Amino acid sequence: MTTTLDGSTGAGGSAPAARTYDVGASDEVAERGRLVVTLGHGTDAVTVGVFRFRDRLYAYENVCAHQGGPACQGRIVSRVRERLDDAQRSLGLVFDDSEMHIVCPWHGFEYDVTTGRHPGRPDYALRPVTVAEEGGRVRVTV
Amino acid sequence: MTIDDGVRRLPTQEITTHTDSREILANAARDTERYGLDDYFIVDVDSHHVELDSWPEILEFLESPVLKDTAHQMMRNWPQASHLALHNHPPGLTMQDVSGRIPHQASLAEETPGAASGAERDVTLVRRAMDAMSIDLQVVFPQPMLETGLHPQPQVASALLQAYNRWFTSQVLPREPRVKTMLGLPFEDPDACLATVEEFADHPGVIGFLVTSQRHAGVHRNAYMPLYRMLEERGLPIGFHAGPNQADSMTSTMNRFLSAHAMSFVTCNMTHMTNWVINGIPERFPGLKTIWIESGLAWVPFMMQRLDHEYYMRQSDAPLLTKPPSHYMREMYYTSQPMEWTDDALLEATLRAIDAPNTLMYSSDWPHWDFDVPGRIASLPFLDDHAKRNILGETARKVFGL
Repeated sequence: MTTTLDGSTGAGGSAPAARTYDVGASDEVAERGRLVVTLGHGTDAVTVGVFRFRDRLYAYENVCAHQGGPACQGRIVSRVRERLDDAQRSLGLVFDDSEMHIVCPWHGFEYDVTTGRHPGRPDYALRPVTVAEEGGRVRVTV
Repeated sequence: MTIDDGVRRLPTQEITTHTDSREILANAARDTERYGLDDYFIVDVDSHHVELDSWPEILEFLESPVLKDTAHQMMRNWPQASHLALHNHPPGLTMQDVSGRIPHQASLAEETPGAASGAERDVTLVRRAMDAMSIDLQVVFPQPMLETGLHPQPQVASALLQAYNRWFTSQVLPREPRVKTMLGLPFEDPDACLATVEEFADHPGVIGFLVTSQRHAGVHRNAYMPLYRMLEERGLPIGFHAGPNQADSMTSTMNRFLSAHAMSFVTCNMTHMTNWVINGIPERFPGLKTIWIESGLAWVPFMMQRLDHEYYMRQSDAPLLTKPPSHYMREMYYTSQPMEWTDDALLEATLRAIDAPNTLMYSSDWPHWDFDVPGRIASLPFLDDHAKRNILGETARKVFGL
């Protein structure tokens, strides 16, 4: 189950029936890029970020597990790692381009785009949203 | 093929320093609806504006013609000094935004149409933040000026504080009654502290006075007793506002901003709290309301246990005390941010230790990188509604007479 720190589960008891939306063309979500859209109207509206990494799409609700910030509208940045030599001496910081992070701009919480989870506390996670690509179109189901 | 009805692309795909505060904080509206925050009286006891954005305007309020000339020459001749003249802005502060991951920490560079001065612009930005977070009143402080206690020339620091205080009270406060402040004291100069209280205590919107905590003055020195007496007699709280220091004897060993921030924002107030209590200032001035600002809360039960434990063995070191140190600490006030939330059981114990329903006051610290929205308090599962109302605003109403 997706965990949020403010006590919500992201799965309300009386959620409206799921609906699939065409949100745009495939080429509108570039590699290491995003498309943030609000789906629906009024109190049922949901804002979702769609991301592409290594030619695969991932989508999450735009609500940080920390304090509810707009996590999908922050920096997209590779994970930072610290290199060590064989003697465990630090060789400094490097970007690991094999892992793409999305960063909540409110407080800097980072999430692995492939899992939606914080790299150090995986139970802090974004709510995943179903996304599919078909016929050159991107479709999101909420 | 076209996108479906009911799909709206957000005009701001990525939030940057140029994004409007109302858009940055739009998600706070979820808390307002969920917790009914519009029904609460919410006072934010610690927030900030960026005084360096208005620095040339502020420097015009310098009293000394010599110092004003120095400032003018610095602004004219030094390529990077147009908004830094005379200031001791520490270079490490530019690490606060985690390499652009938290843009609002670096700058609120959004448009403010019609704002003809820095003061007008600040008021616009503060209103936007208050409205977005359902805050009724906001206590506003400067930012880099929290470092004035480390200025290499204390007399310059005192002059800058005087200029800032005159600018803020004449240019910012009259524009928005929802903005309040506790004005910084030129603490290196006890006589100037008294003059500051005399000059500004009755100004509308001034609800207390502030000691910026990054400094090396012992708060128990005899020279400060007239100041504490004056504040007590006027019923005005004194606040100790923590700040960062990456160059003290301990933090200078640290290689990451996280490390230095986690330590120095707390150790400065731990130091002053220890001197304050062990020297019996609360016994000498029992009516003086004391507020500890922006050190979080986890340090307080640590210090209560630590000081009580040593006091029981060394009572003769603290002869003015008639009860254990923790009792005095429980009668002081604390602002909530940055509230350590990572362990519910520990946080609940901390709030019980400090008697949070009667001593804790919500603070956002907006627009800093570790700010807290009011929903942080409203969502705590172990507080009843009465306690939440007190923390979010009712205790502040009482402490400041709002």
